[in-house]
Amino acid sequence: MFIKIKTNQLQLFAMVAAILFIVVFFTIMTDGSFISPRNISNLLRQTAIVVVLAIGMVFVIVSAEIDLSVGSMMGLLGGIAAIFDVWFHFPIALTILLTLGIGLLLGLFNGWWVAYQRVPSFIVTLAGMLAFRGVLVGFTDGVTVAPTSSAMSVIGQSYIPFSWGISVVSLLCLGLLARVYSRRKAKQQHGVRNQSAQFEYSKAIAMVVALLALVFILDHYRGIPTPILLMGGLIIILTYVAKRTAFGRRVYAIGGNIEATRMSGVNVERTKMLVFGLNGIMVAVAALILTSRLGAGSPAAGNMAELDAIAACVIGGTSLAGGVGTVFGAIMGALIMSSLDNGMSMLDVPTFWQLIVKGAILLLAVWLDVKTKKAR
Amino acid sequence: MKQPLLDMRDIVKSFSGVRALNGVSITLGEGEVLSVCGENGSGKSTLMKVLSGVWPYGSYEGEIYFQGKLIQANGIRDTEALGIVIIHQELALVQELSVMENIFLGNEIGSFARLNDEAMHHRASELLARVKLDIQPDTLVRELGVGQQQLVEIAKALNKNVKLLILDEPTSSLTSADIRILLNIVGELKAQAIACIYISHKLDEVLALSDWVAVIRDGDHIATKAASELTQHDIIAMMVGRQLEELFPREDHEIGEVVLRVNKATAIQAGASRPQVDEVSFELHRGEILGIAGLIGSGRTELMQCLYGCYNGQYRASIELEGQTKQIRSQRSALAAGIAMVPEDRKRHGIVPIMSVGRNMTLSVLDNYKANHFSSVFGGVDEDKEYQDIEEYIARLKVKTASPELAIKHLSGGNQQKAIIAKCLLTHPKILILDEPTRGIDVGAKYEIYKLMYSLVKEGVSIIMVSSELPEVIGISDRVLVMHEGKLKGEFDHQGLTQEIIMNCAIKEGA
Repeated sequence: MFIKIKTNQLQLFAMVAAILFIVVFFTIMTDGSFISPRNISNLLRQTAIVVVLAIGMVFVIVSAEIDLSVGSMMGLLGGIAAIFDVWFHFPIALTILLTLGIGLLLGLFNGWWVAYQRVPSFIVTLAGMLAFRGVLVGFTDGVTVAPTSSAMSVIGQSYIPFSWGISVVSLLCLGLLARVYSRRKAKQQHGVRNQSAQFEYSKAIAMVVALLALVFILDHYRGIPTPILLMGGLIIILTYVAKRTAFGRRVYAIGGNIEATRMSGVNVERTKMLVFGLNGIMVAVAALILTSRLGAGSPAAGNMAELDAIAACVIGGTSLAGGVGTVFGAIMGALIMSSLDNGMSMLDVPTFWQLIVKGAILLLAVWLDVKTKKAR
Repeated sequence: MKQPLLDMRDIVKSFSGVRALNGVSITLGEGEVLSVCGENGSGKSTLMKVLSGVWPYGSYEGEIYFQGKLIQANGIRDTEALGIVIIHQELALVQELSVMENIFLGNEIGSFARLNDEAMHHRASELLARVKLDIQPDTLVRELGVGQQQLVEIAKALNKNVKLLILDEPTSSLTSADIRILLNIVGELKAQAIACIYISHKLDEVLALSDWVAVIRDGDHIATKAASELTQHDIIAMMVGRQLEELFPREDHEIGEVVLRVNKATAIQAGASRPQVDEVSFELHRGEILGIAGLIGSGRTELMQCLYGCYNGQYRASIELEGQTKQIRSQRSALAAGIAMVPEDRKRHGIVPIMSVGRNMTLSVLDNYKANHFSSVFGGVDEDKEYQDIEEYIARLKVKTASPELAIKHLSGGNQQKAIIAKCLLTHPKILILDEPTRGIDVGAKYEIYKLMYSLVKEGVSIIMVSSELPEVIGISDRVLVMHEGKLKGEFDHQGLTQEIIMNCAIKEGA
């Protein structure tokens, strides 16, 4: 117990410290333009897509599977959304609904092969990675589908006015603090040892401060970008699903020991298929944001995005062996990756160096994780 | 005085401030057998890890002398080079490789570029003969039974020129016949001047086999005595620090009407020469403890898997539960019908190791905690309600854990088992199947589990208990079924039943 909390805290601090280090480093190197409201707004909008993909991917990896097809799937769904919008002039609500629906179906399709047909997910989704891309190129004939309607661009390019943003975020902060309080009280009632009050409250307050600071900074540049709000909403929902629902509990159990979970009477196959379905929906959301931002559906869109998503999860402490990982960690991982991207681009670091640095960070993060786990 | 082969002096080992070993000293001469006894968590495994080099020199206090020389091992390889080989409870053989390949794994004969298969084949045959194993060296390990695999491990140790063999609960998953073979082999090794440290919960074996018995309790070395001066009760008293009234706390209880009628259960594994379960029919009464005995491979476990809907192959059975015909096609339908099972292999099928004790307990009944506030729309879990159940069952089953939120892998085997039983009880079963409920569990926890079984049958639950430990089958059950090669071979009342009667029934061929 004692040791477990220690390592959890350590991991959390390590990630926050890494982000702070990156921020300070690039701020100094860019003479402060890294933390300009405009760049932060930019950075977050870039992160939104990776975060949405990563928090879907966390569920897949926690259940001890993998999804290599999300990049191609995002490209395909983005292309489909663009086709509905540009070629067929569907109303935006219908386009969104259809895209989410198709995302769900593609995810369930992957999941069906994995769960019921017992084909390893690595293979199923590798096949999907090839095939989805092929379908996309076939549909679009290899050309970019553009320009999207103005309604479409709202998803990825608009901003929320300050008054709206601050009320939503304040409400959120109050909710967060109330939640920490009520959990602690409930635990006390049941005689379960709480983590130290200092730790839990300072964690919550740090998050509140960070959120409020973010709103004020973003206000200096057009306000909160819509995709960020969308991302925030999804983060809350998926954190809830992971931590508080029977479904989430079962996903962790399956990753921890699938045989024991099956012996406990859990419908393992259905749960696994649903995990891939959930991931499909998240990919669809990411695809909509992407198409809206680009104002087009491109046959090359989303290339290698699966690797960013997996890297974000792994840097955030998700174990590829299954059973371990959090939504929050995946967000941190995504933030680390995209601030590196953003900062290095600002410094005009050549692309090849950017790839090398990102690869090295991935290796380093997991190595540290392995080391600290072994040390206990 | 003759110099001892092994001399461990005042070994102290601490984990983050907690002393797991508190000055344990052990000596052993050539060709002697020493048994180390103690409850789970008493420090036996830690002591063996220190001896075998898992904990390197310097990570513990005290000194170990082997053949008069101080051991300064950095890992298992170093101690193996000296001739100390440990064989773990969980076998460490590669299932997909042949017996020969396993024996020489890491010690291959031949050059880097080309292995000398002929020499290895020849040597492997010799080693297999020494452990009286009549199989070809190129047999795949996965085709062997657990007992035979155990012997292959010993052959592998012999190949390393072993001088001290450590056997860590070697018989916990063996049948009586296999155990006899293994014990004979240990006796022969002794004649070849190979010393042996034997760790087991089975005190009859301990007494039959060893020259010396060392007892460890809570990291303290209680005593080392000549086995000839001890009885099982003496050892137990030293292990638990108190005198247990009796091993099996039989209590009177009412046995009611028939609740379960199984008719011609048959289970067939694809490619097998005979059915694993062959038209087995039996009845179970309310409030009854039905023991099922038989050798490993007799179809006991497979029969239970049929009842619980988790048999991995084709099976059919007509099952009548409280007068109603039930189709059991999956674990889910079994639980829905009121049948719960504590599986044989705790690590593989029982626990989710990294999840908390509490969450392991509620895994089967999460749907009971559908929250009644707004979040129920999203399938939220009402954790208050969940905690109430967890607390209740931790208290009722006396699960010893620092917190319900502790990962279950940190608990001792006995407490893990109690948590798994709690998981089953939370489903409020009519029939509880216990497959080897006390395997690898210390005496104190065993006793508590027996007590619990009696309190359950008094509440009207019916229990089916599969066990390889015949004293347990006889001591606990009301009625005993004996299986042999998939068939039901006999049915006995517990009164007047002896181990000999069961063994004769379980082993004899033909009708």
